[in-house]
Amino acid sequence: MKSKKGIKRLSDYIWENRLPYLCAVAALLIAVTLDMLAPRLTAHVVDDVIVGGNMGELKYLLLGFLGIGVGRCIFQYIKEYTFDRIGSKIASQMRKDLFVHIQSLSADFFDRTNTGELMSRVKDDIDHIWDALSFVGMLIIEVVYHTSIILVCMYMLNWKLALIPTAAMLFCGTVAIVMERKLGSVYEEISEENATLNTVAEENLAGVRTVKAFAREKYEITKFLSHNQRYYDLNMTQSKVFVKFYPYFSVVTKVLPLLTILIGGKFVIAGEMSLGEMTAFVEYSNNIVWPMEMLGWLTNSFSSAVASNKKIRKIYQETSSIKEVEHPVILEKMKGKIQFDHVSFHKADLHEILHDISFTLEPGKTLGIMGATGAGKTSIIQLLQRMYDATDGTILVDDVDIRELSLEQLRTNISYVMQDVFLFSDTINENIKLGKKQAVDFNMVKKASTDAQASEFIEKMEKKYDTVIGERGVGLSGGQKQRISIARALSKNDPILVMDDSTSALDMETEHLIQETLRNLQSTTKIIIAHRISAVRNADEILVLENGSIAERGTHESLLAAKGLYYETYLAQYGDFLEGKEA
Amino acid sequence: MAVNSYKDDELSVERSKLQTLKRLFAYLLAYKWQIVLVLLIMGYGVVISLVNPLIMEAAIDNHITTKDWSGLYRLLLLALFLNLLLVFTVKLRMYIMAKVCNSILLTIRQELYTHIQKLDFHFFDSRPTGKILSRIIGDINSLKDVLSNCVTTLIPDGLTVVAVVVIMICKNPKLALASMLTIPFMAVATTWIEVKAHPRWQVFRKKSANLNAFVHEDMAGIRIIQSFHAQEETRDTFDTLIEEHRGAFLHAVRMSDAFGSVIDFSWGIGCILLYFTGIVILGVDEVSVGTFIAFGTYLNMFWQPIHNISNFYNQLVTNIAGAERIFEIMDTPPAISDAADVEEMPEITGEVIFEHVSFSYDEQTKVLDDVSFRIKPGETIALVGPTGAGKSTIVNLISRFYDVQQGRVLIDGKDVKKVSIESLRKQMGIMTQDNFLFSGTIRDNIRYGRLDATDEEIIAAAKAVNAHEFIMKLEKGYDTELSERGGGLSIGQKQLLAFARTMVSMPKILILDEATSSIDTKTELLVQSGIEHLLQGRTSFVIAHRLSTIQKADRIFVVDDGRIVEEGSAGELLAKKGIYYQLYMAQFSA
Repeated sequence: MKSKKGIKRLSDYIWENRLPYLCAVAALLIAVTLDMLAPRLTAHVVDDVIVGGNMGELKYLLLGFLGIGVGRCIFQYIKEYTFDRIGSKIASQMRKDLFVHIQSLSADFFDRTNTGELMSRVKDDIDHIWDALSFVGMLIIEVVYHTSIILVCMYMLNWKLALIPTAAMLFCGTVAIVMERKLGSVYEEISEENATLNTVAEENLAGVRTVKAFAREKYEITKFLSHNQRYYDLNMTQSKVFVKFYPYFSVVTKVLPLLTILIGGKFVIAGEMSLGEMTAFVEYSNNIVWPMEMLGWLTNSFSSAVASNKKIRKIYQETSSIKEVEHPVILEKMKGKIQFDHVSFHKADLHEILHDISFTLEPGKTLGIMGATGAGKTSIIQLLQRMYDATDGTILVDDVDIRELSLEQLRTNISYVMQDVFLFSDTINENIKLGKKQAVDFNMVKKASTDAQASEFIEKMEKKYDTVIGERGVGLSGGQKQRISIARALSKNDPILVMDDSTSALDMETEHLIQETLRNLQSTTKIIIAHRISAVRNADEILVLENGSIAERGTHESLLAAKGLYYETYLAQYGDFLEGKEA
Repeated sequence: MAVNSYKDDELSVERSKLQTLKRLFAYLLAYKWQIVLVLLIMGYGVVISLVNPLIMEAAIDNHITTKDWSGLYRLLLLALFLNLLLVFTVKLRMYIMAKVCNSILLTIRQELYTHIQKLDFHFFDSRPTGKILSRIIGDINSLKDVLSNCVTTLIPDGLTVVAVVVIMICKNPKLALASMLTIPFMAVATTWIEVKAHPRWQVFRKKSANLNAFVHEDMAGIRIIQSFHAQEETRDTFDTLIEEHRGAFLHAVRMSDAFGSVIDFSWGIGCILLYFTGIVILGVDEVSVGTFIAFGTYLNMFWQPIHNISNFYNQLVTNIAGAERIFEIMDTPPAISDAADVEEMPEITGEVIFEHVSFSYDEQTKVLDDVSFRIKPGETIALVGPTGAGKSTIVNLISRFYDVQQGRVLIDGKDVKKVSIESLRKQMGIMTQDNFLFSGTIRDNIRYGRLDATDEEIIAAAKAVNAHEFIMKLEKGYDTELSERGGGLSIGQKQLLAFARTMVSMPKILILDEATSSIDTKTELLVQSGIEHLLQGRTSFVIAHRLSTIQKADRIFVVDDGRIVEEGSAGELLAKKGIYYQLYMAQFSA
């Protein structure tokens, strides 16, 4: 990473590729030069061969034509391909860097940013920059080179007359700059709306089951239409701005030859210039016309890239709110002792989520956490994994403050089965190995699947562990997804295992079998968040949370004896059974 | 069901390119008057570009050489007028063309989106979301330039070529033949490039979709990735996909970039042939200097448009792959759709009958095998059984998310296949296992259940499901903005919001598929009593594993291996000491 802030600028990327760019520009210069040589040969054919009757020269001239033709073909190809190569290389590199940056951001960023928006930054916005780096850039250089050569020729013919095209070009250049500014802001809005369009469509597809459940297809279509329409409107605004400025280029290119004739004619009449010189001059001004018209189009594409680059830089300005210390403590082997020491946590809106939580969990022990919806159970785990930092108090793992550890060591030692299962559209095998693809071998995958009661249904599938499952695991039942996600955690053999309400979609028998497995993991420290008493009753300590604070704590027996919240839950779940027993 | 993953390319459906083009051009035909106007303006432009040299010639020959000042002024003034008029018309032309193209993109995108809404779960389940998205956004955007260029390049340049050929043949057929001798070469070469490049561009589009799919999954699953600290692994995967994407691009441009070279080469050889034939074979005597120079000019006038057309052709080859991908989806027939003689479902009273229903997702393994039952209006039915037994499938068939392969599903005596899907589902409240919340306010999310619900009704629904309390604790209450991941809310809270959304729709039949699995027992009890009066007299289905959730059901169906194996009230089933009894006892054995 080059610049001071650690963010690579577009210019840094270009600078890194200066050598290939030089080659490409060289090929471009040769191709354009050859292009300009052709008319000279034609002049020779007419003057020397046809008029002069010098037939001997013809074969050389024809060979010359052939040479120019072949040379142009080759250099043109080299030019285009090299520009494509560099453009795609930089775009790929930018995409990789952006992706790494986004992945390094912390949970609060993802809480407020929609997937569709990030997708359009990584995909569409970089595509616009890609265009600017390849063919737009190429054409700009070509235009500049072409006009410079012609301008030089014009100055050599008559410097006074050459002032006219110079002025015209300065004018066009200024217009281009003004237009770039105007278009830039429109393109920023377009880029924003593209992201919104992406988000709307993405949510519709991701939430397709909800859409269909409520038969809201028509509503969704209307919603999309309004954004589609806005996208159209913005694109039309862009066209209007472009159409407003384009005539300036167009007028100049039309008026320029006429003006040269007028002024040139005056010079000729005054005897300051020969007629032949003036004809040549007019010819040149005709040749300068297309680059100037092109300038309008190029500026347009360029503005789009600049706007996209701004959007991307905005993401680069986001930094992770989780800071790692420069020299983290390295634990040789994590044993799995967890301590929360008066931990409190509130988010940016000051709404307190956890209040004064303290507990100590020795290696190999089990902590059960229960509590009402929104009581802060999951937040405890998010703090333990440093997805957020606690606002007060300290969290220690193996007696080291987790802020002193590297995120990598902390997180790779905690296997966390999340409440909402997320699977990738990949094979079951790859999904289970996630996180430690190198370390986890196939036998470990199989063992973990067996322990998670997943091997039975996996092995019933035609391709077994190589079965590709859809995104979010669609095609599997909720319970099957949960078991794959449990297998994912178990396969890591990490010293700390967290199960966040992760057996809710399983039937009692399966859950029971999985609990047997957990009990056998004697050296693993376990945190089990659950709503079912059966899942936590064997824990060494059970915390019952209420509104972010610990309301009750103890073992199953002591909590039952206390006849508090835990006991109420127990009655709700086992009430009729108890009645049945008593009866 | 074969599922496509982010790293596998999608299969391409073979379709004729001509068909794709025709279909694309059909959209242009809707704007035929605008296009006629554009062509007229372009015609004016061609005339001006032909007149301009004549004016210059006249200026030099008639006025400058004769030192006729006033004549020169007058002539140039006329020229200025004609050219400014051109500028004005070009402005109009560009505006019309932009309008036409953007409107077509709007139409195609909307048509595609509308069609996608009709498709069934098979479609969505078998491919990553990111790949569908890349068709709605990227593939359609790629058509923009093609559409406008096919009017502004193809037609005028095509006409110019024909005109020049006619003039050349009239002037001197032999020379014309000689200078156009390279056309067959060009035609063969460009066709060859096209044939080679087209599949490469198809691959490029697929790689692009793969990339999109992966980015989507990575962003959607970022929490699990960070939790397992898998960023480096996903970066490696991303790098691989990026390199494949770039590789596919370079592979394609390696071919496509040769387009320009082939044209230039043919042009150059054409020049050589012109001079060679003219001078050596025919001899200077037969061909005048003027003819030569004229031919030289014509040759340029001939090749320049060919150059443009071939650029356009190249662009077409590059982007037609996008059009193919769009039309492919538009041509995918929805598996579940309204029959032609469909009728509206009248207000549902709630009788549900399964008549010998069998069902399979992949037409191989039966998920439901000859299931029959009858549910009286107002009954609450609980479905229990091991995971994967077919509980969700039963409720999916009631709401016609899938069509049964054998047997019938009847609601109030009407086959669900015979009534419109919208009228059926609108009367049902279906809460699935994944409760998706949209980005927007909490209020809007609840209102999704019934779009005309008043604020009072929304609050009442939230109160019924015990969500009101936590909503009011949020800084902005019901106006709290949720991001797509429901940022800041716990899974249980999201489930409660989804529940409120279902309740506000006042469903005639309620289906709760593990709808309260992430809610604690205490809240669940509050929810149950909260919705009790709302559900009076309505049929409901409850799938749950926590047995406390289902104890109040009128009847419990125990589903195992695609069949209903036990049926009865909780008490009856316990007494039976069958599967239910075992499930029930399992929760105490731990």
